[in-house]
Amino acid sequence: MSALLEVDNLQISARNDDDELTPIVKGVSFNVQPGEVVALIGESGSGKTTIALSSLGYTKPGLEFVGGEVRLHGEDVISMQNDRLRGLRGQRVAYLAQSAAATFNPALTIGEQVTESTVLHGLMSQEEANRRAEDLYRALELPDPDRLGKRYPHQVSGGQLQRLMAATALCGKPDLLVLDEPTTALDVTTQIEVLKSFKSVITQEGASAIYVTHDLSVVAQIADHIVVLYAGEIQEYGTADQVVTQPSHEYTRRLMYAVRPPPAAGQGEETSDEHQRKAPALEVKNLLAGYGRTQNGAPEITVLRDVNVAIERGHSVGVIGESGCGKSTLARVMAGLLPAAQGEVLLDGAALQPALQQRSRNELQKIQFVFQMADTALNPRQRIDKILGRPVEFYHGLKGEEKRRRVGELLQMVELPQEFAGRYPEELSGGQKQRINLARALAASPEVLLCDEVISALDSIVGANVIELLKRLRKQTGVSFVFISHDLSTVASFADQIVVLYAGRVVEQGPTNAVLSPPYHPYTRLLISSVPELRVGWLEETMETQEAQAGIDRVVTLTDKGCPFFDRCPRAVKGTCDEETPPVRKVTGSHSIECHLSEAEFAQ
Amino acid sequence: MSEQTNNTDQSFSFDELPDAPPKRKIKLSWPGKIGIAIVLFWSVIVVIGPTIAPYHEADILDEDLFIVPGSDEMYPDTEFQPPSKIVYLGSDYIGRDLLSRILYGARTTIGISVLATLLAYLIGVTAGIAASVGSRYLDMGLSRVNDALLSIPSIMFALVLIAALNSPGIFWLILITGFIYAASVFRIARSLGQEVMVSDFVEAAKVRGEGLWWIITREILPNIAMPLATDFGLRFVWVILFISSLSFLGLGVQPPMSDWGSMVKENLPGLVLGSYAPLMPAFAIASLTISVNMIVDDLSAATGGKLAKRMIS
Repeated sequence: MSALLEVDNLQISARNDDDELTPIVKGVSFNVQPGEVVALIGESGSGKTTIALSSLGYTKPGLEFVGGEVRLHGEDVISMQNDRLRGLRGQRVAYLAQSAAATFNPALTIGEQVTESTVLHGLMSQEEANRRAEDLYRALELPDPDRLGKRYPHQVSGGQLQRLMAATALCGKPDLLVLDEPTTALDVTTQIEVLKSFKSVITQEGASAIYVTHDLSVVAQIADHIVVLYAGEIQEYGTADQVVTQPSHEYTRRLMYAVRPPPAAGQGEETSDEHQRKAPALEVKNLLAGYGRTQNGAPEITVLRDVNVAIERGHSVGVIGESGCGKSTLARVMAGLLPAAQGEVLLDGAALQPALQQRSRNELQKIQFVFQMADTALNPRQRIDKILGRPVEFYHGLKGEEKRRRVGELLQMVELPQEFAGRYPEELSGGQKQRINLARALAASPEVLLCDEVISALDSIVGANVIELLKRLRKQTGVSFVFISHDLSTVASFADQIVVLYAGRVVEQGPTNAVLSPPYHPYTRLLISSVPELRVGWLEETMETQEAQAGIDRVVTLTDKGCPFFDRCPRAVKGTCDEETPPVRKVTGSHSIECHLSEAEFAQ
Repeated sequence: MSEQTNNTDQSFSFDELPDAPPKRKIKLSWPGKIGIAIVLFWSVIVVIGPTIAPYHEADILDEDLFIVPGSDEMYPDTEFQPPSKIVYLGSDYIGRDLLSRILYGARTTIGISVLATLLAYLIGVTAGIAASVGSRYLDMGLSRVNDALLSIPSIMFALVLIAALNSPGIFWLILITGFIYAASVFRIARSLGQEVMVSDFVEAAKVRGEGLWWIITREILPNIAMPLATDFGLRFVWVILFISSLSFLGLGVQPPMSDWGSMVKENLPGLVLGSYAPLMPAFAIASLTISVNMIVDDLSAATGGKLAKRMIS
């Protein structure tokens, strides 16, 4: 059987302003057989997307093909003329971009967009295309397939949009699908649903695919062959099973190392109580917060309700939940960026003003916020020494030589060379920028550090390094951390306390070991079972479980009464769970679960 | 803190791949370089124009000058004379030297335009930043007033104001032009300011407890300076054309002072007689405005072309 796509010694270079060529892809060769999924895996900058796009005969502006061939059915696509490429793209090779939300036009119905390219290429009439689209909606297990085409993109969830992208790509029955990080931006629960339907539709249609990602555990679920890339060169190439179970190359092992083990009890760091004092470093009590105008103590849109969280000195608290559950809002309330409508925030046992404008400089210094995106959190027009020097001067009044020395110390703390002081943020890589972002918060010598998804935007290896750094900093400085993430394995490896948020309510909280071992709240159980494991066949097993079938891929909805998890909970009791606010059950010590089920029922 | 590099990096030889693009430098294209040369040329003229001019701008040349030696004509025409050794670019409709008037006029035209544009920026940027950092009500108030101003055609507005003040002189001309153009500067400054205002680094400064003055001067202004500078170039061109139009209509710079716009107007009858007189000042206006535009194109390309969208207002 001849290969569908043969990539033969592909070389791609970037041309800079001075007309010099820098190689980006350095002689890469691999094949895609019919009906096979090949994964390209590597960090950002490894050239994986560039290689994937070359199968469409396309390079991003500024890049050019330097050598080698990419043959589809034995025909070189690189040397093809434009009019022939037009026939190829969207018809024989289809591309799925990373962000479905950015790809769909909000002004057109879903049906129009799914069938557009197929009808445009004259492959089918509009009616045939519509029927084909409906079949695909069914195959992708999308709700209400008969009428889905008439809806608009904003009327479906993010995970559904991602699957609709697959429908768009598959509509014209292409020979090859190119999937560029299709699940990276999704929550774990959404991710497995999307992965599952991708996998089943690829099997049903017998399509071949190139799957681009940096997440090894996702690849293990879907790929037949894996190509591991680093700096434009193939490091390892083999079957999925072989690469995952017996990685032969050092770089692959490092990627594996960066994949954190599935969350389980016993991973959390036990923090010593040497920094302990009477009152918690930071505490929120009976918090009610949201957006919009506040009337009678209630905002227009309530995001957080009845939240009680205490952060002990020197401890780290992980806040976990799906997007829309209010994790970031909680951090913003703590920092004073969003004043709470009700309830209070206490620092060292003393109540803080809700809005940061009314807090004293001393109070502000003690709570520091680390923003999610280092790209946008650093002023592009300020040099690093200025970015780090300002809080040093602002809070501690250091000037001149003292300030410079402190900036040097801070750079050392985040393991960056001293020369970086003279650079601008855009001259640093993503991970380095995130370190500067951390260093700026540390410059204030805070007592509590609020970290909002600080590693979500980073590659797995870079992210793992940042986590290592955070662990060391915590030991060194005794700072309390509030660590917000949607990735349970990251939180499990870092925090000693976990707060599980769902739809603005704390459904479970306690020491990491207690939260990650039974009894679980049904939602915690769903989260734990949704984290992909680094082994082939995990996806199929997981989809069999009761939790997965009941709860995945539903939108988080805020409810005024009852338990918000009601409609996703496999153990929901009608008449109770949807009507009455669940009681907070103390399990042991500080471990509490908010659920109608009794402890005996949890044990089942 | 002495143990500096104890990270996991040591055990592996793979470095984090840099994703930082090389710093974008402003690269001048050929049109851009020519543009700079012409703008520099006119800047020099603004300074030394009157000193190198062969005549004064208001001098009506003597008939004697034009008497061709050996000819018996005692009273030759002095109006609309073609270029010659006496008048290098010809003479105008009452026999003044065109070259001298263009050299003098450079100072008037460019001087007035620069001052008016600066004034427009002073008002527009101040109000625009105030609107973007201030309360909702301040923004609302300033924006609606601005909308009202923008809805009046600028030439009409200026004509009415000047007529009402009874042709009040250059000072008022600058003031009125600056005020009218402040409206469109306001829009750009406000939208740029709002964009930076919601960025994470401004939020970081707020969380730190920085005051409004710091946020405006250290966080916002450095990030909008480049787009504003680019816009300044274009706005300057429009102000030149605007002042020239007013002069052309007879309400701008008053005779006998020379100004490129009014020179076009007063010499217009010369076109019928085949004279170059109205074309020379028109060419001066065109050379300056096109040059500035060519420079702005290069600047705009360096900032990623994002500006082009905002300029349409």
